[in-house]
Amino acid sequence: MIFLDKLITGISLGSIYAIIALGYTMVYGIAKMLNFAHGDVIMMGAYIAFCTLQYLNLPPVMALIVAMAACTVMGVVIEGLAYRPLRQAASLAVLITAIGMSYLLQNLALMIWGANPKSFPGTMISIPTLSLFGGQLKITGATLVTILANVVIMVGLTLFTSRAKTGKAMRCVSEDRGAASLMGINVNRTISITFAIGSALAAVAGILLCSSYPTLQPTTGSMPGIKAFTAAVFGGIGSIPGAMLGGLLLGIIEIFGKAYISTELGDAIVFAVLIVVLLVRPSGLLGKPVREKV
Amino acid sequence: MKKLLAFALALALCLTAVSAFAEVSLTIAHIGPTTGPAALYGLATLHGAEIAVQEINEAGEFHITLINQDDEHNPEKAVNAYNAALDAGAQVILGTTTSKPCEAVSAVAMEDQVMMVTPSASSEAVIESPDAEGEYKGNMFQICFTDPNQGKASAEYIVENKLGEKAFVIYNNADVYSIGIRDTFVEKAKELGLEIVGEEVFNDDTTDFTVQVSKAQELGADLVFLPIYYTPASLILTTAAAREYKPVFFGVDGMDGILGIEGFDTSLAEGVMLLTPFVATAEDEAVKSFVAKYEAAYGETPIQFAADAYDGIYAIVAAAKAAGITDGMSPEEVCAALVPQMVNIQVDGITGTMTWDATGAVSKTPMAAVIENGVYVLK
Repeated sequence: MIFLDKLITGISLGSIYAIIALGYTMVYGIAKMLNFAHGDVIMMGAYIAFCTLQYLNLPPVMALIVAMAACTVMGVVIEGLAYRPLRQAASLAVLITAIGMSYLLQNLALMIWGANPKSFPGTMISIPTLSLFGGQLKITGATLVTILANVVIMVGLTLFTSRAKTGKAMRCVSEDRGAASLMGINVNRTISITFAIGSALAAVAGILLCSSYPTLQPTTGSMPGIKAFTAAVFGGIGSIPGAMLGGLLLGIIEIFGKAYISTELGDAIVFAVLIVVLLVRPSGLLGKPVREKV
Repeated sequence: MKKLLAFALALALCLTAVSAFAEVSLTIAHIGPTTGPAALYGLATLHGAEIAVQEINEAGEFHITLINQDDEHNPEKAVNAYNAALDAGAQVILGTTTSKPCEAVSAVAMEDQVMMVTPSASSEAVIESPDAEGEYKGNMFQICFTDPNQGKASAEYIVENKLGEKAFVIYNNADVYSIGIRDTFVEKAKELGLEIVGEEVFNDDTTDFTVQVSKAQELGADLVFLPIYYTPASLILTTAAAREYKPVFFGVDGMDGILGIEGFDTSLAEGVMLLTPFVATAEDEAVKSFVAKYEAAYGETPIQFAADAYDGIYAIVAAAKAAGITDGMSPEEVCAALVPQMVNIQVDGITGTMTWDATGAVSKTPMAAVIENGVYVLK
């Protein structure tokens, strides 16, 4: 029973990593850049949801919609202002810009909301705790919603990229940007849409993250952001099922490592596993091996 | 006519001299995190000090100028803030508010021989010199208990009042404050026969406390000792509530502030106990007057840190009075005059009656408070 309890905690944590990792992996797969500001968009999304709930007293559904809309706009604006002008630049320049954007968002949040941590209201997800086996196993509403949201988002994204026209365009841009543009695909627009979807997902991730771990401060997004990036690499960056698998495994390994080995070494175990996986499969669990032609 | 003018001038000179003699001016710098993750504490100490300064200036005899320097709870920035404070004319330092920055600043202040009174930096290293022998600094005094004393007093209080039989400790192993209290708590608990069924750690980045809390639950602990700050404590309380785990949570001064987190469901903190020298709802006249002034000025109930800073200003002034300082003394001269007086004075403050020994550690009686209906109630 204790094992099952830990497994569920791990899946819950892993689902949050997975949703964040989806954002990383989509942007990487299509725009071929690491958007390090993704974790901070999550934080902004959580703050916006917090404000709609706490100050405007709107229902949770509205908070979700407002946060998603605001993050979508934010993502498109960030892409347009900071990343688009660097489309032809070296990838290192884009990476540094993304790190700069991450600090900009953190400091912006510090200016707007101050440094005092806020407690994310439990009213956001007000589904009662599920009690199984006569109360021996408890699954909180936030956990249920997180796992469910994860499945829905993954299925939705997979369908979108394989069936919808825009989704197919994304795959084309991902495969070969030059050829896609020759075939009449608007590359800039496709990348903008990718950022819009990624940022809307970030808002969902922010709300789920803060519902499970209700503390909100300007640095809230950084550590989960790094872990999710690890998850994306773990699963094979650029692959949507890979991000999902990587996120789940990372969450489970983290919780099991903490529970059965040592809480002090919890994070170290996570990164050690990543190193081992990358040594054996350099492109991640589900990543496609890329041959460099010389 | 000339004579008259000279007389008038002399008189005027005398008068100014007399008034200068009657009112000694002293510049005190408050250093604390007024922004950043520990801003709640820094603002509390600043505001508490402001109330004390206002009272002292109204009473005459001393004219205190209070300067504020922000250290953002960062040791490097705290040293910069200290230098900026001295450049701005500070003679005595009230600060710093938190332990890690205070350790950094107190080492520099000892070199410079500048007197510091910290309201709330409770680690032992704050008053001890960094050398191998751990000699005491001499220029550094604490208003709050040292961490070891908090751990010791908590264990004693728990055993005395039979709050629990199986204790569990969750502490931050990246924080000297937390480790210091945990060490003496465990030591004292063993001595008093309080069983500690287990311990778990976390660090500054931890947001997931399910493992720590469920371990306490599985081991059947009926008391969880939390020598940590209020932000992780709020997450631990939330996690425990989700798992329907209801032991006695016992915190120390870092727990103070948990009711002030925006959006936090204070019903989760119901029944949480903490060791504190100050409770805003106490019946004492001095406490009532302080709380009323604080609420009027800042629109919130003062926490223990505000009271510590208030007492800190009064301690500095009491020592200055005993030393008979005059205008225009350098920080070194003020330090040399005030330090010998600190061990002689006794201050009846709102956090208790305080005396100091030569190490700079305070002696006063601790009290425990419990959170009932969203307010601290003295036990």
